[in-house]
Amino acid sequence: MKPAKAAEVVPARAAAGAFALRARELSLTYAGGRRALERLVLSVRPGERVAIIGPSGAGKTSLLRVLATALRASAGDVEVLGVDPWRLGAGARRRLRSRIGLIHQSPPLPPRQRVVTAVLAGRLGAWGVGNALASLAYPADIDGARAALERLELADRLFERCDRLSGGQAQRVGIARVLYQRPELVLADEPVSSLDPALANHTVGALASEALERGITLVASLHAVDLALAHFPRIVGLREGAVAFDLPTAEVGRALLEALYAQEGVLPTQECRPVDLAELTLPGRPRCD
Amino acid sequence: MRLARDPAALPRLALAALAVAALLPALRLAEFDPAALLDPANARPMAKFLAQFVPPEVSVEFLALVGRATLETLAIATLGTAAAFAIGFPLSLVASASLSLSALGPARDAPLRRALRYPARLALIVLRAIPELVWALLFVRAVGLGPSAGVLALAIAYGGMLGKVYAEIYESAAERPARALMEAGAGRLQAFAYGVLPAAAPELVSYTIYRWECAVRASVIMGFVGAGGLGQQLELSLRMLNGAEAATILAVFMLLVLLADAASALARRMLA
Repeated sequence: MKPAKAAEVVPARAAAGAFALRARELSLTYAGGRRALERLVLSVRPGERVAIIGPSGAGKTSLLRVLATALRASAGDVEVLGVDPWRLGAGARRRLRSRIGLIHQSPPLPPRQRVVTAVLAGRLGAWGVGNALASLAYPADIDGARAALERLELADRLFERCDRLSGGQAQRVGIARVLYQRPELVLADEPVSSLDPALANHTVGALASEALERGITLVASLHAVDLALAHFPRIVGLREGAVAFDLPTAEVGRALLEALYAQEGVLPTQECRPVDLAELTLPGRPRCD
Repeated sequence: MRLARDPAALPRLALAALAVAALLPALRLAEFDPAALLDPANARPMAKFLAQFVPPEVSVEFLALVGRATLETLAIATLGTAAAFAIGFPLSLVASASLSLSALGPARDAPLRRALRYPARLALIVLRAIPELVWALLFVRAVGLGPSAGVLALAIAYGGMLGKVYAEIYESAAERPARALMEAGAGRLQAFAYGVLPAAAPELVSYTIYRWECAVRASVIMGFVGAGGLGQQLELSLRMLNGAEAATILAVFMLLVLLADAASALARRMLA
């Protein structure tokens, strides 16, 4: 191994104990001039489960894409799993990316691919090219793919084609892929937006318990406030590209939420039940069972 | 308040007008004059030659000759297309912008990496800029008369075409699947195999088969300059103004193209 590689790995390990994620004065302006993030500050410790809520257009997706190293911020510093991804060489950045799992709001599954292949693709970053190509001829780890799908109650779809799935099933296949990837950091962008309330609750629960069991970090943006409050011990409210509040769930009150969604006029929640804000402040209670 | 106007309308109109305007000088430069075909001075010898086409030549020894030439043509087209694939496919992976790892972010070295794609694109341009017929003339000088000149010519010219069109097919496929895989640490080849190939495979296969069909026709033309196959046979028949033999050979061409069509349809159905 080249000495440069070792030098890149050592600080990552040394700093890993401090922060899983750290954003300092992060700003992002898109090519069209739209400002998505404004001097955003956020740190997440390893093993934390954080929900990001906020009105649409607040910058939730942009923030998650920057944290996933898919986008580079226009200004400010970002640290992911203890390193600044943009100071790494291309090879080291690839290895870093294989430790980060991003769940997309609309799952990026190619049509005509089978579910088993789509799930196994989660570990391409860890596999060599030879293994990857051999797995196209015969799936390399059918049991592993099945286990990941089982957690999302989709094991019966193992050999189905992705373009024959419903929107909700496809979204869960996208989640199963990231579970199979076994990343150290899971970033989820509205992971349950096309699921019905009961399934959404179950799926977010599965993500949260997976994170808890494996001691990994989970940051999820959620449209439904009640889901966020029910499954996450820490809530970050995002508005206009900056952090409006960042509190333990027990301290998130009606006034804060109403201020966050002031322009919407309503609090977005799942439809299964009228929302009682007093009840919402109790963390860890499933809403829809 | 003013009504909002579609800002794309004017450029679209200008582009369409430009495309039509480009045709006008082409008509003059090409000296395109369909009336010349109907001129009796031209039409009479043409009709006389065409009259010889029926009945086609079906003697056993001529059919055996044509059969051998057909196999030779198929071999030239198939080997040539395979060699073109070996040249074009790796170049297409390098030339395609949709498999760019450095575009994620984008990374600081993205302009440099983008610049690395240009030599591949330039190579593809050089390969296909020179028609296969010219390459065939060159290779006939280099390796002598016969099919191997045809194979080499096809490999080079079609390698350039396959590479360019493959790269465009990758770019026209949805880019998110491959991008998402690269965001999760996959390399270019892996992102291609798992993110691009599933969506692009039918188009890649059908274009490759179409190229093979073109190669069959091109190998015929290259036969005229001595690169073997049916073309060499047709050239002999035409030079001797033997319409019956020419008719048989042309019928075989049609059969070959039909065959290629059926193969392409079958492959597409299997991949649908």
